[in-house]
Amino acid sequence: MRFARFVFGVAIVMVAAWGAAAAHVTAPAVGGEPVWGGELRFAIHSEPKSWDPLLAAEDASGAIRLLTHGALVGMNRRTQKYEPQLAESWKILENGRKIVFQLRAGVTFSDGTPFTSRDVIATLKRAMNPSLHAPMGDSLIAAAGSGLVMEMPGVDRVSLTFPAPVANPLGLLESVPMLSSQSPLKDKAVLGPFEVAEYKAGAYVQLKRNPRYWRLGPGGRRLPYFDSVHLDIQTNRDIELQRFRKGEFHLIEAIDSESMARINAEMGSQVAFDLGPAFENEMLWFNMKPDAPIADYKKAWFQSRNFRRAIAESIHLDDIVRLVYQGRATAAAGILSRANQFWLKQGLESHPFDVGLAKKRLTQDGFQNRDGTLTDRGGHVVEFSLVTSSGGKTRTRIAAILQDDLAKIGIKLNIVPLDFPSLLERIGRTANYETALLGLVGEDIDPNGDSNVWLSHAAQHMWNPNQKQPATAWEAEIDKLIAAQAGSADQKKRKAAFDRVQQIIWEEVPVIHLVNRNAVVAVSPRLRNVQAAVMNPHLFWNVDSMYLVPAEKKP
Amino acid sequence: MSVVRVICWLLLGLTVCAAVGANWIAPAPYEKQFRDFPNARPNGQFPLGTDELGRDRLSRLLYGTRLSLLLAPAAALLATLIAALAGISAGMIGGRVEQLILSAVDLVASLPWLFLLIAVRAVLPLNVSAYTSVAVTFLLLGALGWAGAARVIRSAVVAVRESGFLVQARSMGVSGWRLFAVQLLPNLRGPVVAQFWLLIPLFILAEANLGVLGLGVSEPLPSWGNLLLDLVNHREIAEAPWRLAPAALLVTVLLSLQVVQNSGGKLVRNRKAVAEV
Repeated sequence: MRFARFVFGVAIVMVAAWGAAAAHVTAPAVGGEPVWGGELRFAIHSEPKSWDPLLAAEDASGAIRLLTHGALVGMNRRTQKYEPQLAESWKILENGRKIVFQLRAGVTFSDGTPFTSRDVIATLKRAMNPSLHAPMGDSLIAAAGSGLVMEMPGVDRVSLTFPAPVANPLGLLESVPMLSSQSPLKDKAVLGPFEVAEYKAGAYVQLKRNPRYWRLGPGGRRLPYFDSVHLDIQTNRDIELQRFRKGEFHLIEAIDSESMARINAEMGSQVAFDLGPAFENEMLWFNMKPDAPIADYKKAWFQSRNFRRAIAESIHLDDIVRLVYQGRATAAAGILSRANQFWLKQGLESHPFDVGLAKKRLTQDGFQNRDGTLTDRGGHVVEFSLVTSSGGKTRTRIAAILQDDLAKIGIKLNIVPLDFPSLLERIGRTANYETALLGLVGEDIDPNGDSNVWLSHAAQHMWNPNQKQPATAWEAEIDKLIAAQAGSADQKKRKAAFDRVQQIIWEEVPVIHLVNRNAVVAVSPRLRNVQAAVMNPHLFWNVDSMYLVPAEKKP
Repeated sequence: MSVVRVICWLLLGLTVCAAVGANWIAPAPYEKQFRDFPNARPNGQFPLGTDELGRDRLSRLLYGTRLSLLLAPAAALLATLIAALAGISAGMIGGRVEQLILSAVDLVASLPWLFLLIAVRAVLPLNVSAYTSVAVTFLLLGALGWAGAARVIRSAVVAVRESGFLVQARSMGVSGWRLFAVQLLPNLRGPVVAQFWLLIPLFILAEANLGVLGLGVSEPLPSWGNLLLDLVNHREIAEAPWRLAPAALLVTVLLSLQVVQNSGGKLVRNRKAVAEV
């Protein structure tokens, strides 16, 4: 299973109503004679936070990981089925307890080092090292604890035996990038279609073709078609759009809905597409870390369920959908998108917009509203900050709506837009923030993919990460439920467990889920073999098969 | 004074009056969201229409103008004072002190101010009000923007130091504070004032640049910087030309300041000429 991660700017997430997603997709046509060479150019929206592929925890690092590293299996975003990659086949045995991979023969890393079963086991051991806090490792640990038995029946075979049956064993490994245990280049030796050629901080990441990429194209020639990929580090979405218009970028993974109709009209053909509801969660959460460097009385507010629910009930989600997304989004009902019809708990709705109810809850907790200013029992004025990413209009507008809504119950919200590295530093390392507004990428329909967020010991358990013991009874219950469903192959039992997780999160509101946006993308008419999909990434997931045709000459 | 200058003074005066009187002139509070009227065209209720959240554009323009017009001159004043101190010290004392100051000037001039501002914004306390945040931004602009002006002032000081009238004054026994206050300062007034006027538009534009990056003035406070964000997508302007109002006002103010600054410089030069006669 894949894992959830934070996204910059307008969040992108995976998608899809089971089976309904493909119906929305109308990407540029597939076909024609493939063209070899050229450069694919598009934007990432922040500096890569980590060059260690196992630690890719935000969309820039995630994109580079996907473009440069290979995994045993991959998910075809279009069909939403697992496909062989570095493993050419596999067998799931003992009702999901054991899985045996047959590795592809003759595969080498970009420096020529052979890829063997030893690399697979070394990678998995490293990913599961608790001190590394690798996002995909958290999911593996949740499923296996320390009881995963890894064996090498041969240099091209790997056997993994879990302590109990695992619901989705392929999903656990789909996003784990295989690293070399032998190469002197370490993680710079890659198995993906490209390798990093140059990185200029604040400007771009240049990737060049991996000449030893395992996949073959027409005539037995090694893919990818492109010679290089240029990832421009561009925080400003408007500039990204302008450069796309000029033909300097070939794709945009997420554009705002108001630009979609305009860009189609301007460019004279359909280049922007609404792929339908995404699994994105745009959300606000409270810093509940006990040792966070914030005032104790504020910690007490954030620890109060009544306070958190009052905030949730003060936010007019329908206004966010209407004013910020022009209707191309849905008010979020909880941790899963409404598009995820199977796993979403039936009957779960957004918190009601009810200012009266919110005020009542606050009064129960001893808060008082004096002349439009809320104060707590200790007489402290209720004022806190909201950190979010700078550079995009969407979050700025959402934050302005939150600020206005909270002012109506007497709360002063200070909006602090930060550049993405500073933001991640605060929420991921120093915990020096009060509340945060960000998006979360969930990259799998199966909720196991989000284990790295909901488990209390996980690094991305955003409101109180890396807990040694669950801080609250409800977090302990979530841990048990996540572990129970991860270790069961019975879909009904898994569904019941995950329904309960959703209910707990809804009741306790450590995170206020705001909206699930639609996946709106833009693709150059020159770009071919694009398999646009609702799953993240929407466009470049099959980059090894994409190519550019020459621009038509204007008469 | 030419007609153009009179017009420029009038435009500046009107702008300042409108900004100062925003509390009375503005049709609505700048942060008030009329959520049933997003992106409204200009009409009787909203003379310049509304933004995406239904906020009255005219009100935001008036309050934003107040902020930018108040803080940009304040930052320019700070930068000019630092520049004058550094430039005069370097020019008058000379020797190693001059070398030291000029090295400091080079250092400050070579700093990537944008990254510095981003870094400082990142380490500021989180719960500062929007006003404090913007004041700190302009304070930093002032504290970092003096290097160029310091070089100009130092050159002016060197020119005056070696001029005939200063040698004559020294030979007549004038020295120390009296030499500085009576002979040097009046002759530096022109370049110092000119630097002040030049820095104002520079800082207005710097704040606008920060606004475009989303790092300028925080919501809900309007400034020319975040109002100009609307113009990033220039295609939208054809559909809603009233969105150009902040840019038009910015250009008007900058041009007026340029004309006024030129006239200020000439005025000083004319007075100097009269004094020499």
